[in-house]
Amino acid sequence: MSWFIRKEKGINTPTEMKREAPDGLWYQCPNCKKITPTREHKQNAFTCPHCNYHEKVGSDVYFNLLFDDNEFVELDANLTSGDPLHFVDTKAYPDRIKSTMQKTGLNDAVRTGYGKMNELDLVIACMDFNFIGGSMGSVVGEKIARAISYALEHKVPFLMISKSGGARMMEAGFSLMQMAKTSARLAQLSEAKVPYISLLTDPTTGGVTASYAMLGDFNISEPEALIGFAGPRVIRETIGKDLPKGFQSAEFVLEHGFLDFIVDRKDLKDKLTSLLSMIS
Amino acid sequence: MRTYLDFEKPMAELERKLEEMKTLAKENNVDFSDAISLLEGNITNLRKEIFENLTRWQRVQLSRHPDRPYTLDYIELICDEFIELHGDRQVRDDPAIIGGLANVGGQSFMLIGQQKGRNTKQRQHRNFGMPNPEGYRKALRLMKLAEKFNKPIVTLIDTPGAFPGMEAEERGQGEAIARNLKEMFMLKVPVICIVIGEGASGGALGIAIGDRVLMLENTWYSVISPENCSAILWRSWDFKEQAAEAMKITAKDMKKNKLIDGIISEPLGGAHLDHNWMAEELKRVILENIKELAAIGDQDRIDQRIDKFCAMGVVVE
Repeated sequence: MSWFIRKEKGINTPTEMKREAPDGLWYQCPNCKKITPTREHKQNAFTCPHCNYHEKVGSDVYFNLLFDDNEFVELDANLTSGDPLHFVDTKAYPDRIKSTMQKTGLNDAVRTGYGKMNELDLVIACMDFNFIGGSMGSVVGEKIARAISYALEHKVPFLMISKSGGARMMEAGFSLMQMAKTSARLAQLSEAKVPYISLLTDPTTGGVTASYAMLGDFNISEPEALIGFAGPRVIRETIGKDLPKGFQSAEFVLEHGFLDFIVDRKDLKDKLTSLLSMIS
Repeated sequence: MRTYLDFEKPMAELERKLEEMKTLAKENNVDFSDAISLLEGNITNLRKEIFENLTRWQRVQLSRHPDRPYTLDYIELICDEFIELHGDRQVRDDPAIIGGLANVGGQSFMLIGQQKGRNTKQRQHRNFGMPNPEGYRKALRLMKLAEKFNKPIVTLIDTPGAFPGMEAEERGQGEAIARNLKEMFMLKVPVICIVIGEGASGGALGIAIGDRVLMLENTWYSVISPENCSAILWRSWDFKEQAAEAMKITAKDMKKNKLIDGIISEPLGGAHLDHNWMAEELKRVILENIKELAAIGDQDRIDQRIDKFCAMGVVVE
């Protein structure tokens, strides 16, 4: 190794500049550390072919995965957040919203739409975790409520894909009441006997778990998703000891009787199609 | 021995003097009535002054005042009869939620309320008013029972939150609360929900879907406690006052934002100063609302309940 001699000392590459593989060609699984070509990872619905680790993905991936040819009509796409409380913590709420919108290209933490899944009509509401932790404020509640109303009106099954840290604190009381609002619409959907499937993905906690996410005719999840009411940190602080391995995982929740089944993301479309076909 | 909150301290000194004067007058058989009434006037004025300018955090403190009336105190004071009903029929009875059939002045209804403890032993027994899933399931069982026998439902909310413990998670805390929200919307009988102390998040909402949602004057109701909000957003416990201000969690705020239907007055200085007065007022409000709601048809009442909650929220189209 003496062909090149480092003349200047102290040359360091910052961590964020260090790449194990050129971006866009390879995917390294954060779980098993094995490398997969990006294309293969994508074809595998962003799950690791080696260890089945499910990468957190957004609404665009789920819509693409489930709607035939990625064709769907988006509902209420332009709904954005108000600032009813003039909320300021370390940052003013409207500024936080604005910068998050710019960063993510999303208008809020849920997108809703209808289209066909293997030729079956379906309304989907899918949350985006990278929009303020997938937190539920007025926009999330309202869009989900309207999507349910659409499903109710057209008698089309409703699929909710949850991924959220819970209610959005910056809308305080308004956020809390979104739990009530969505549950009200789901009660109506249930009375009309329109199927509701709730898919809980990693992570689903707080007010989302305590409202629409747990109210499915079928509650299903992806492998190893974190699902709970209180977050692990809060529980650890309450009981003052470490939590057992696998506590609040999808498998744990299934074992305790609150999920119908766990499905690999790459099998999701087929399994949902079978399920809906059997009850239609 | 009365407990004084930090902002009540100026009153404590005057009240101590008043007591001294009264004792002195009695012991020495001297007439101090002029001085006593002057002092009483001063105390009232001071109390008025303090209570007209309460901060939101001070209201939170009042809502947690150790002498504040709890569900069982109201049951004792307003019910001519009360038959407590226990258990969720699945796991166990949750002492953090009390439920039973109440008879108040000839009107019978199902009364369900969260219960805190007065001393260490009771607090442990009641789990500090933090229900487990079986508490919410008991509440729902009793609500369905009320519906079956066509009796109105009154719920009293006073909780620092649903219990965040391991067993609560195992038994589906989230599912229990979610189910209550959904089922309460479809109840065919009048439902009146009253925040009598703390209304923390889903733990409160789990018994608070009603035709009338009311708050006592010195209570709070929001998505998270000011302390926890401070811990998460400011990453420190020290911003609870700011968090309480920012979240606008008082009865007045919630009414202004159309998130509750009304406010029930408390005696000057707070409910803890006069349990009897407060109970009488609560009784009057409950009976009045039952009467009003009974006049509405069942389906209309359900529709109105749903419409009311569905109108909550602020979005930009």
